[in-house]
Amino acid sequence: MSDLTVDVAVVGAGPAGLAAAVAAAEAGAVVAVVDAGTQTGGQFWRHRPETGDADPDGHGHHDWNTFLDLRRRFRAGIAAGRVHHLPGLQVWMASKNDVDGFTLRTTRTVVGGEGVTPTVHAARLVLCPGGYDRQLPVPGWDLPGVMAAGGIQAFIKANGALPGKRFVVAGTGPFLLPVAANIAEAGGEVLAVLESSSLSKWFPHWKAAASVPGKALEGAEYAGIFARHRIPYKTRSIVTAVSGTDRVQTVSWAKADADGRAIPGTGGRYEDVDVIGFGWGFTPQMELPLSFGVQTRLDADGSLVAVVDERQESSVPGLFLAGEVTGVGGAVLAVLEGKAAGTAAADASAVVLPADVLPAKEAARRDRHRRFAQAMHQAHPVPHAWQEWLTPETLVCRCEEVPVSEVTQARSTLGAEDSRSLKSFTRVGMGWCQGRVCGFAGSCLGAGPGEPAAAASLASAAKRPLAVPVPISELASLND
Amino acid sequence: MSSVDRDVRFTFDGRELAAEPGQTVGAALVTNGVTAWRGTRKEGRPRGLFCGIGVCFDCLVTVDGVANQRACLVELCEGMDVRGTLAGDETEETR
Repeated sequence: MSDLTVDVAVVGAGPAGLAAAVAAAEAGAVVAVVDAGTQTGGQFWRHRPETGDADPDGHGHHDWNTFLDLRRRFRAGIAAGRVHHLPGLQVWMASKNDVDGFTLRTTRTVVGGEGVTPTVHAARLVLCPGGYDRQLPVPGWDLPGVMAAGGIQAFIKANGALPGKRFVVAGTGPFLLPVAANIAEAGGEVLAVLESSSLSKWFPHWKAAASVPGKALEGAEYAGIFARHRIPYKTRSIVTAVSGTDRVQTVSWAKADADGRAIPGTGGRYEDVDVIGFGWGFTPQMELPLSFGVQTRLDADGSLVAVVDERQESSVPGLFLAGEVTGVGGAVLAVLEGKAAGTAAADASAVVLPADVLPAKEAARRDRHRRFAQAMHQAHPVPHAWQEWLTPETLVCRCEEVPVSEVTQARSTLGAEDSRSLKSFTRVGMGWCQGRVCGFAGSCLGAGPGEPAAAASLASAAKRPLAVPVPISELASLND
Repeated sequence: MSSVDRDVRFTFDGRELAAEPGQTVGAALVTNGVTAWRGTRKEGRPRGLFCGIGVCFDCLVTVDGVANQRACLVELCEGMDVRGTLAGDETEETR
């Protein structure tokens, strides 16, 4: 087994991970960066293979110049021998002991490549695993052609192509706007963007919103794209069902009341839909932080996130966290948190003060973005009454094909009110994705109609003995 | 895109297809009109791309004989032999 020993290990090479790696290396640390992707950028700056286009222009991206600057400094770190870039690898087990510090065991993201995968030893660890679109089940969401909103965007960014011709984008949150804009700019037809919330929910938060003028500019840019492509943006609107034989054909929608309940007699249908993209905010990837037993909290969006101090250090000494795992807040915030985490992690004496990890101006910017994120979460909540959309046959767990009826029965007759009991009684969250997709919805269903998911249930849904599926040979090598 | 660009040839369940260089296996299938390739274990229901970023494992496919690869992450290579599990062929492995 090949081993690599460094001062600081970073997991993830998206906005937070790149910034952390660059900050740690520039502070003098030797850094290893483990990333599932084959090239840096993460989901936010996902782009076409650099092998084909070494210098993409960043069309359709935001803060692309920030990426180019971080990538240039990252490459300078590699050239100086201070940064070891380990792309195409995922951490399947992370551990800590008092003698050796942190150990990361890796496996290949995809088939291919020769030889053993490296094990990384590090004195300090920065986890920047990011997040993915949060999903709520809806009748028919298991049909091909239903995608995560972010999955459509990733498809466009990585492949320079569209997964269909006619699209509907639905869910809640500002992220639906860039997804629809990317589709339209790539030549796709967006039949509608269905936003469950009412934009008036932003009014109580106008101060937080106005303090981040960049977001208003982005909003104006999307408004321009929507007008140019005549994309209908319907608020207080939800998808009630997706239907078709063997693939999406029809999307039924309705206007929603203040709780997100479909109002009878409203709405209509979109026909000949190729792809519908859903996004209900984001789920932070918590399995690695949870494997260390970090202290957690429920954020305003209902997500389980980790508690960190001003230096981004978790409740586990030497373990730093940045980006969505400390609260979903977008790329600008992730870069600032990554910079703070990387700077703090580079310091072996662990005495670096909060003021030294981020200059006052950047710390203030970080705080403004955090307030903006809180406002966003409150303006775009998961609809209170979303469980009323479901039919008994709607699948909760796509992997194990567990319908709503089995979950509600386990709750009412067996008292299964959390993801762990539901898993043992119904196999919900037990398949290939290990509850990544249905963990939130399953926890809500366990809690009961209109109830938020409990932190303990979300934590047990996201706790995974193995962070990613791994070949038996990797497990066997633990004995070497 | 022009047909000239679609110059990576591969097979899907024995059928010869072509796609643009640099695309993932999932994108190569979808742009060829193949929207589903995995059959679910219990009901044999069709599945294709869902999360698109390697999280959901819905798009699993066999690539050059190696089962359970995420089509949304594997980059297409010339001559790849891609196989799904929809054609009544229950080869999906359980862990």
